[in-house]
Amino acid sequence: MAEPSAATLLEVRDLSMHFPVTSAGVLRRVVGQVKAVDGVSFCVREGETLSVVGESGCGKTTLGRCIMRIYDPTAGSIRYRTRNEGEVVDLTALDGRALRPYRRDIRMIFQDPYASLNPRMTVEEIVGEPLVLAGHPRNKALHRRVGDLLEQVGLRREYMARYPHAFSGGERQRIGIARALSLNPRLLVADEAVSALDVSVQAQTINLLKKLQVEYKLTYVFIAHDLSVVEYISDRVAVMYVGKLVELAPTRALFARPAHPYTEALLSAVPIPDPRLRKKVERIRLAGEIADPSNVPSGCPFHTRCAYSDGNRCVREVPALRTLEDDRQVACHYAETLELKGAPQVAT
Amino acid sequence: MSADPTTAASANGLAASEPAREDDRTLYWSQWSLTWWKFKQHKLAVVSGVLLIVFYLVAIFAEFFSTTDPHAYNSRYTYAPPQAVKLFQSDESGWRWRPHVNGYAAATDPVTLRRTFEIDEQTVIPIGFFVEGPEYRLAGLIAWNRYILGAVDPSDPFFLLGSDRLGRDVYSRIVHGSRVSLSIGLIGVVMSLVIGITFGAIAGFYGGAVDSVIQRVTEFLISLPTIPLWMGLAAAIPLTWDPIAVYFLITVILSLLGWTQLARQIRGMFMSIKNEDYVMAARLDGSGEMRVIFRHMVPAFTSHIVASVTLAVPAMILAETALSFLGIGLRSPVISWGVLLQEAQNIRTLANAAWLLWPGAAVIVAVLALNFLGDGLRDAADPYGSN
Repeated sequence: MAEPSAATLLEVRDLSMHFPVTSAGVLRRVVGQVKAVDGVSFCVREGETLSVVGESGCGKTTLGRCIMRIYDPTAGSIRYRTRNEGEVVDLTALDGRALRPYRRDIRMIFQDPYASLNPRMTVEEIVGEPLVLAGHPRNKALHRRVGDLLEQVGLRREYMARYPHAFSGGERQRIGIARALSLNPRLLVADEAVSALDVSVQAQTINLLKKLQVEYKLTYVFIAHDLSVVEYISDRVAVMYVGKLVELAPTRALFARPAHPYTEALLSAVPIPDPRLRKKVERIRLAGEIADPSNVPSGCPFHTRCAYSDGNRCVREVPALRTLEDDRQVACHYAETLELKGAPQVAT
Repeated sequence: MSADPTTAASANGLAASEPAREDDRTLYWSQWSLTWWKFKQHKLAVVSGVLLIVFYLVAIFAEFFSTTDPHAYNSRYTYAPPQAVKLFQSDESGWRWRPHVNGYAAATDPVTLRRTFEIDEQTVIPIGFFVEGPEYRLAGLIAWNRYILGAVDPSDPFFLLGSDRLGRDVYSRIVHGSRVSLSIGLIGVVMSLVIGITFGAIAGFYGGAVDSVIQRVTEFLISLPTIPLWMGLAAAIPLTWDPIAVYFLITVILSLLGWTQLARQIRGMFMSIKNEDYVMAARLDGSGEMRVIFRHMVPAFTSHIVASVTLAVPAMILAETALSFLGIGLRSPVISWGVLLQEAQNIRTLANAAWLLWPGAAVIVAVLALNFLGDGLRDAADPYGSN
């Protein structure tokens, strides 16, 4: 793993989040562990959009929540470079009040625009809440600031007197984005931020996120499962499988030539709009379900479903995340020798 | 979008918003306005609500709304039947407006020596509104002597709903009984609510072992058979105690056993809301625990609490009635609906003086109205649910 360079905003090192499984009954003995995130390491560079993709249950949401410190990771560190140039703090070592200044820098956009806004508060109260809690006096300046934020996300400032029930899903998500922006954050963790929206609204929301990224010099960790959205928005893509990082590569390289068999399978599952092209492309159908994170297979966690497994080394030996040429990392024993198919070129 | 060039949506070319719905006032309605709007559509609940307001007004100003002193007895008119109110009287000059009731003609059965009353059409007892009568203190404070309805001459017999075995006016006693019976429900529920919210919130918010302990205690209390337990507790109240102290103690007993359902509901609400995204967002915004609970969580279920409380009041009223009816709750000279119903316990009374059951009608109407009101409130409590 490369040392954090000057451009690194956040470095996650060997992060693990194991949830205990307790027995039923009064005693609640710990009988096992769900390894939702297991030894994940990566860097987030300032100004980039890093997407984290994977099937449901692969641990990507847990990873995002660990970065937000909603969960206390069981192992590993999250090193964040603060606004004080050069100072790096480990977020996992902080708690409660000490964490507050960094919670203002790292903000979250939630998946469900209906659940993430308090239905009993007006938009002004919702968007102004982080400011008030950060010590902003409740005055005309606050009112103006909330209005400015609403306009920034493409809503009218007059809407601030309304309650969330008066808005559509896309508008609510904009309110959520305005709330995240209110404290001038540096890093936004977007957990499936557009997956609950209609396709046309998705496009508007993603364009808004891109525009805001330029204006505010934001860095995004974009957790998603929709690869077409990911291809459009991200600079680099991290692929997770059963709590482990299996591949991390620049978007174009990953889509053109995946280095991990699981990435190949994911890419082949992206729907192709052109029916003539669809016939030519052979879809890889993975056998079985995603592995149980409380009972991870030995060796490479993907070997049970992998078409290229050798049945020997793959079963016995856990592949380490290795750095290949041109800024790619992959956890597969045969990454150099396998010839894997990328996503079909829709544009040509 | 509108032609307003200052709106950011058009300026950014984002075509963000839905078609303009600016005129719709409901967009600006708060939760309470929406709840009220939905409640108004539940006609039965609205009628019940109005009826209950009347009931509670009557209870507060019971002295004024009765026809005479509820403790005044009259040995000449024991078990006198109800008198029908007549508005017009006919005489030589025809019908004229003159509200009155007819007096009684008493007769004694030569065999059983029982006294029976017949309505005597010849005697006319004029009645009127706002008549003067024995002095009283309105709501225990203001000295007055007017009654909303009564015989013009206070010494004339006027029993709207008949009289009891001591010749006391049943109607006035029901009116006065509402004071104790309706308030015991409210006070008891407020006390259960305090206990229930505290335990429910602790169990739901913290979970884990604390939750388990509180749940087991709740289950234990629910599993106790209520009537024998009440009897045991009520029997422990010394007979020599002041009626007010007994009243207070009965309320405490009822609420100590009645908080369990409320605690469970509140625990459930805390558990369901604790993991909502907006509560998470509030934490990430930097809200402390108290702020998360009181600003973000409690408002989400205050309306549910109001509804649950309304539905819990009738149970308290019925419990008081049951205890007093069994003779282990409130006792004379305190007047409550249960105490009054105790008079209607034996078959002989019921056969000869069925009007002593009127307090039961008051209980039924009050309980039904509270239930309908609670239903309406519960449906209206979540305006975001349906519609």
